[in-house]
Amino acid sequence: MAVHKRSYHSYAGELGPAWSRFLIVSRYAYENALSSRFLVAFFAICLFYPLGCALALYMNHNERLLAIFHVSSFFAVDARFFYHFQNVQGALAFILTALVGPGLVSPDLANHALPLYFCRPFSRVEYVLGKLFVLVSMLSLVTWIPGEVLFLIQSGLAGAGWMWSNLWIAASIFFGSTIEILVFSLLALALSAWIKRKTAAGAALLGVFFFGAGLGQAINTVLRTRNGSLVDITNLIASVVMPLFHQQSRITIPADRASLALLAISAFCLFLLEKKVRAYEVVRG
Amino acid sequence: MPPIIELEGLGVRLGGRKILEGLKCSLSGRSIGLLGPNGAGKSTLINTLLGFYPVAAGTARVFGCDIRSEKKQIRRLAGYMPESECFIARMTAVSFVRLMAELSGLPSEAALERAHEALFYVGLGEARYRLLGTYSLGMRQLAKLAQAIAHGPRLLILDEPTNGLDPPARQRMIRLIREMRDSRDLHILLCSHLLRDVEETCEEVLILKDGHQVHYANLEEERRANRRFLELETLGGDGAFADAVERLDCECAITGSAVPAAAGTHTDRSPRRFKMVLGQEFALEDLYRLAEAHGVQIRRLNYRRDSLEDIFLKAMENSNGRS
Repeated sequence: MAVHKRSYHSYAGELGPAWSRFLIVSRYAYENALSSRFLVAFFAICLFYPLGCALALYMNHNERLLAIFHVSSFFAVDARFFYHFQNVQGALAFILTALVGPGLVSPDLANHALPLYFCRPFSRVEYVLGKLFVLVSMLSLVTWIPGEVLFLIQSGLAGAGWMWSNLWIAASIFFGSTIEILVFSLLALALSAWIKRKTAAGAALLGVFFFGAGLGQAINTVLRTRNGSLVDITNLIASVVMPLFHQQSRITIPADRASLALLAISAFCLFLLEKKVRAYEVVRG
Repeated sequence: MPPIIELEGLGVRLGGRKILEGLKCSLSGRSIGLLGPNGAGKSTLINTLLGFYPVAAGTARVFGCDIRSEKKQIRRLAGYMPESECFIARMTAVSFVRLMAELSGLPSEAALERAHEALFYVGLGEARYRLLGTYSLGMRQLAKLAQAIAHGPRLLILDEPTNGLDPPARQRMIRLIREMRDSRDLHILLCSHLLRDVEETCEEVLILKDGHQVHYANLEEERRANRRFLELETLGGDGAFADAVERLDCECAITGSAVPAAAGTHTDRSPRRFKMVLGQEFALEDLYRLAEAHGVQIRRLNYRRDSLEDIFLKAMENSNGRS
């Protein structure tokens, strides 16, 4: 129907599927996030290291190159290599979260747009899922997806034998990244929901990590304990992810305690989201 | 006509306080007004119908769908224009309305088409690619209306739609509401504390006060019923004229005169006012004949009906008497 028709008429066409409606919110959030050139540039930068790693893997199996340097390989491609990759990409993923996350919920809260979302056949869970999907998909593109691609490249170059004997590394890449992604995403969303200003929410996210690390270190030093690490989210993640790659460190805490702490933090973030992401807040008293 | 909204002893408690209590009525008009002073519970009722607030007692139905168990169905049928400022500042109007239409279930292309149509319809066609953050208050109200109608709802819920609008913008908003009402494509539930807005757009009115229902009125019926009052301004006319009028199947009283006439003077031409409560058999032609016979000049004749203000004030008085 032509746009110049200026009379009200109802809609009698087909409706889209309900199950995928949360992706509408993700699409618009993506559109908004990718309108920033800085973010697009940073996202591209996040892919430089995986490209470099892919190139290194290729050179590590290039017989002519190895012959020139008279070595059997330049470096060992093992769990340590992939753990290092995970660490670098994890740090980049955190910065990406700080750039994207605060802009997800806060613009809707700033001008009270939430009633308009929820007066439709669209639930709060779908809203959070839609926003979460933006971060999860974006962070996946810089963490476990390139990690698994590197694993496949290495498998292709080293042969099926290497792949079968190191298949657990592929699982570690996926689960390690997933833990990081979920913790980063939930924290970013919760802060974005509670702090209306985008920049303040971004600063708060950085603060939670760096202040937590400082506080944890202070507690550990003063009280001569390792329990201070329970407030250090970076340490908690490392404590869970390192055993997945069969790596050890003196500064980490037991993986089961770290997992519980991360679960508690995630549950708290969900609680914060539940409190804030609603059409209208009810003031008690 | 089947009921649009049925309230069955509906009660709502928020923050430990009773906000709505024992609302019971059936509303079936094409346009329904929710009236009441500030804090009466009008917006709470709307938010409860949309499933934003939990029901503490009773229930309600919208198009037969229970608000406790069929929230999604109700939300599919409704379009909502909230009272407060609701928008996303960094979005263009067309993206914003399209997003809202898509969330209501429209496919992407249809949503875009409807967004353009809705924005043109409300008068924002030329400004549809501007960021909402740059809109004036009146334009934001119109954008809110556009998002509420873009998906073609069967029930349009308007919460104080003329808030903050200047007189021309208010007129435009009222005109749009009337047009939509008359399109017969949707029902309107309009919540306002402005009697004029409700009077100009609604057929039925539910008046709330302190969370209680104090009056329900079908405005059309009330208007028809109140047509039996007549106010008359004349030059001349006295007690004898009034007595003669009473014999025309009505009650008549002299309610005022500018200059008191001398007793027994038939040539008195001073202005007088009569108020008549008309009976079933009353015919206006008889009144004209009577006036001619008594030498009375009729200068003004008004069928008076209770305005919504009268109905509202009466309802408030009655509720005060009860409480």
